[in-house]
Amino acid sequence: MSQATIWTVIVALGIGTYLIRLSFLGLIGDRPLPPVVLRLLRYTGVGVLPGLVAPLVVWPAATGGQPDAARILAALVALLVGLWRREALLAIVAGAVTLYGVLAVEYWLG
Amino acid sequence: MSATNTKTAFWRGARDALPFLAVVGPFALLFGVVATEAGLRVYETLAMSVVVVAGAAQFTALSLLADDAPTLIAIVAALAVNLRMAMYSAALVPWLGRAPFWQRALIAYCNVDQTYALSMARFERDPDWSVPARVAYFFGAAAPVFPTWYALTIVGALIGAQIPEWLALDFALPICFLAIIGPILRSVAHVAAAVTSVALTLLLAGLPYSLGLLVAALPAMAVGAAVETWVERRRVPA
Repeated sequence: MSQATIWTVIVALGIGTYLIRLSFLGLIGDRPLPPVVLRLLRYTGVGVLPGLVAPLVVWPAATGGQPDAARILAALVALLVGLWRREALLAIVAGAVTLYGVLAVEYWLG
Repeated sequence: MSATNTKTAFWRGARDALPFLAVVGPFALLFGVVATEAGLRVYETLAMSVVVVAGAAQFTALSLLADDAPTLIAIVAALAVNLRMAMYSAALVPWLGRAPFWQRALIAYCNVDQTYALSMARFERDPDWSVPARVAYFFGAAAPVFPTWYALTIVGALIGAQIPEWLALDFALPICFLAIIGPILRSVAHVAAAVTSVALTLLLAGLPYSLGLLVAALPAMAVGAAVETWVERRRVPA
């Protein structure tokens, strides 16, 4: 990716994010959002993030797009620990430990 | 506690925010590492953290750029992740809407998951605080969070440049995302939206320019909202 691309993203994302944060507080004022809109906004995170991560897990770039046991297991563990303990950091640690554990076993088995 | 002065409120906010540093710090560190890994320079990584200040969106943009998606798609997808903040903005209006505009403009910059969550909890618990005390609390909560976010982004970026290939850091980004997703799957409706998002993006993987992600987002959100409505109807006997 080029420098121009990086800076375009930084500036556009910065301005856009700021305007989203300012929206009601700054410009639109004391008018309540329609309930349907509030309801949809609640699902923006779960509507985008899982779709973003799914292809990265199923077809990882590091293995040339081949599904890979270590990465799929690590992904499952990170997701399940996050679901279970509601704690993102713990989930990251568990996922990383699984990834390195399985990679080490694979290396050791040759 | 009843009405309070601004100084007390500020320090109360700062103190309440301290436990969140245990989450914000490592995320900033990871972002720094992953961004360097994706090819950003240290100052570009820092600029992104200072200008955008939204972990999940920054990871989203990085991931799509590293995947050679068009710039516009990376921007739109990352903004979609941040749309929830419009909800934060709306929710703060009844509490902070009467503050002067310059203060609200600064509050908007500092309106992130942590400051929003802490402030809403506090304002609802102490509803008789004055507007200046609420503003002071909000900035108090932001005071430890923002410098930590910036500083550990730099540390992460400096570390990232030193990490060898065999560490399999290609997978740090997906693990971070999954770790964010687990805790936000709070209800059946959230799970339904997530499953829709995954199924549709995988089905639409053939679409050019990573468009599948955006095409999948709206139906996924609609499914979440629809399931929520359905669950509510079942709970309230008609």
